[in-house]
Amino acid sequence: MSNNETQCGCCEINENEKFSLLRQTIEKYEAKESNLIQILHMAQAIFGYLPENVLITIADEMNLSMSRIQGVVSFYSLFSTQPKGKHTIKVCLGTACYVRGGSKIVERIKELLEIDVGETTKDMTFSLEVMRCIGACGLAPAIAIDDTVYKRVNPNKLRQILAQYE
Amino acid sequence: MINLTVNGKSVSVPEGATILDAARKLNVKIPTLCHLENIHKTGSCRICMVEVEGARTLQASCVTPASEGMVVRTNTERVRESRKIMYELILSDHPKDCLSCSRNKSCELQAVGEIIQADESSYEGEKSKEYIDESSPSIVRDAAKCILCRRCVTICNEVQGVGILNAQDRGFASAISAGGKTLLGQAACTNCGQCTVVCPVNALHEKDSTQDVWAALANPAKTVVVQTAPAIRAALGEEFGYEAGTLVTGKMASALRDMGFDHVFDTNFAADLTIIEEGTEFLNRIVGMLYQKGAISAKKIDELGLHRNVNATIPMITSCSPGWIKFIEHYYPGQLGNVSSCKSPHMMLGALAKSYFAEKIGVRPEDMYVVSIMPCTAKKYEITRPEMVNGGVANVDAVLTTRELARMIKEAGINFEKLADGGFDSPLGLSSGAADIFGSTGGVMEAALRTVYELVTGRQLPFDKLHVAPIAGFERIKTAELVIENAKEEWAFLNGVAVKVAVTSGLVGAGILMNEIKDGESLYLFIEVMGCPGGCINGGGQPRPRDEKAKEKRMAALYREDEGKKIRKSHENPDIVKIYEEFLGKPLGHTSHELLHTTYTVRGRHGAAN
Ligand code: SF4
Ligand code: SF4
Ligand code: SF4
Ligand code: FES
Repeated sequence: MSNNETQCGCCEINENEKFSLLRQTIEKYEAKESNLIQILHMAQAIFGYLPENVLITIADEMNLSMSRIQGVVSFYSLFSTQPKGKHTIKVCLGTACYVRGGSKIVERIKELLEIDVGETTKDMTFSLEVMRCIGACGLAPAIAIDDTVYKRVNPNKLRQILAQYE
Repeated sequence: MINLTVNGKSVSVPEGATILDAARKLNVKIPTLCHLENIHKTGSCRICMVEVEGARTLQASCVTPASEGMVVRTNTERVRESRKIMYELILSDHPKDCLSCSRNKSCELQAVGEIIQADESSYEGEKSKEYIDESSPSIVRDAAKCILCRRCVTICNEVQGVGILNAQDRGFASAISAGGKTLLGQAACTNCGQCTVVCPVNALHEKDSTQDVWAALANPAKTVVVQTAPAIRAALGEEFGYEAGTLVTGKMASALRDMGFDHVFDTNFAADLTIIEEGTEFLNRIVGMLYQKGAISAKKIDELGLHRNVNATIPMITSCSPGWIKFIEHYYPGQLGNVSSCKSPHMMLGALAKSYFAEKIGVRPEDMYVVSIMPCTAKKYEITRPEMVNGGVANVDAVLTTRELARMIKEAGINFEKLADGGFDSPLGLSSGAADIFGSTGGVMEAALRTVYELVTGRQLPFDKLHVAPIAGFERIKTAELVIENAKEEWAFLNGVAVKVAVTSGLVGAGILMNEIKDGESLYLFIEVMGCPGGCINGGGQPRPRDEKAKEKRMAALYREDEGKKIRKSHENPDIVKIYEEFLGKPLGHTSHELLHTTYTVRGRHGAAN
């Protein structure tokens, strides 16, 4: 795992221990498909997110196909297959924001950070997500970075906004 | 029994029946889309809504059980409006290019439209997904056409137990795929094609080979040879309006000749050949097993003309279904040693056409183009395997499914119904009845037993009409036992051996039998596996059935074809005897080994992408 060193310093257990913890968890849940969601929860708690090798381990241990597991992971927004950055940018694509250029904002951020929606920058600073509505329709287009909402965002100002977080 | 009324008419249905069942009993038509009898019942499309007195909302009739005293109305303004809205919603996210769509006129979305009479003005929505995955050599997935009915998910996960296709993401983004960024061609997909049979629209279909075949037919430098699998003759007619189970062997041969094929051969010939090779391999494995145990001497093996096989593994498993082969390579690679080394019959025939036959007619193998008409999508993949090449030339150049052949016959302007019966060409066209039943679950085993039993005992298989009844039919796992008695002198050491056999079709059953072998608990000496439920008669390339009993009728047709033949056993086919005399030498001999046998590849259970 390449992002090993960049993960927070507080977790003391190494990758091997994480996998053995994962196996124990699966065993505890009797590798039953009906417990898949709980197992994925625990896995995310252990690893911080759900990278492919974790999903493969779950697939092998539970005798399920990857596609079945990926189906569940992609259905619930609380699961992430990407490590989360220090800051999460959420771009509103609700109707009002969409109409007033929300997608241009997404494009601009993708350009600036060189990531796609759902991904995290290499330096682990930002994750990019889109949302249906963050309730700032009157002041569209809006984005949120962590808990701060930015309204009437001008795509040309994005570089400055992001600079505050680096 | 449960009594209810539908549109004012009374009807009684058994416990557990749905409203839809009750309506059908009264001949009341309710449009359905996602529902697939006996296979898929999730009530996801909501096209089949009906009004139930006392219920606040409309009910999906295909999943709602009928109950005592229920009052159902299927034809009210509210019902019509609601299903129209559901239908128009589907259409708003569907490319309506019916005229250039290969499902035109066989599309269930179109058929439902006829009942629903949607408004022409139905609005055009944003399109959720537009990509075509052509990475697989067998299956094409056109996401834009998908209506998310999830029949393919049920068939791939529940019926086949493979689990490649699943719903991913949610809401507007939701789509059926192999998961993540994995394309079908990289996934651990068996290419069985069962998903293409159940898909109601053109979202899953076979990779088209008709253009390649037309091009070969138009190329004067090519000698174009065609062969047809046993199961085609029992199903092709359905594409021309015949009842399921109508045998159209003669018309099929005539149609192929009219299309311009130079030589019309029968894969059945190679099915007979498979029995000789695989039967010999089976005896060889049994003898090898006894040799390992010290029960017979090396000298005895030499006398029988067999190999001293110290690695012989039992049970031996049949190898004619390439979907099954890909399955075991991905999911049970440790059991590959149990699989017969025989190529599938059409690959054998291709190899012989480009050697034995090519030589006879003075054509260079590279100037010959072999087309296999197969009930199978996995065979499109099989011909791309690097093992299926001899002397640098592919054994088979193109595979057409039954459905594709029907399309080409129509395209050629051939009036199928009016065709006179034709026959197959020599020397790769004659077959025994044993070859016909290769197309049905249990058929390969029965054909093998007919020959092996007679070879060892000198007597005919002791069953009524030569049918091994316990291994016929659609049960998931079928077994039989045959004790060898009064064997011929040279086989006397087999007296008392109980030949236990198992037969399965569909990959769930295959998984069960493989786990038994893995755990050292398998009781069998010989196992037949066919990848599709019911065997090739229900293959992934067969006509999409319009008749719930299609499988049964096709199976019965093959048994009829078998019983109608004078020669019922593979080893009695005179052209088989001749090809060994003239060309192959002896079963499992050097030439056979080169042309008719193959090897397998260990593959990961998550496919190439992971
Ligand atoms: S799938 Fe059916 S409705 Fe869709 S374009 Fe093809 S024929 Fe028309
Ligand atoms: S071809 Fe068979 S294994 Fe592959 S996706 Fe379709 S049903 Fe599943
Ligand atoms: S691919 Fe076909 S069978 Fe599968 S969900 Fe889409 S429409 Fe239904
Ligand atoms: S046919 Fe009943 S919900 Fe689809």
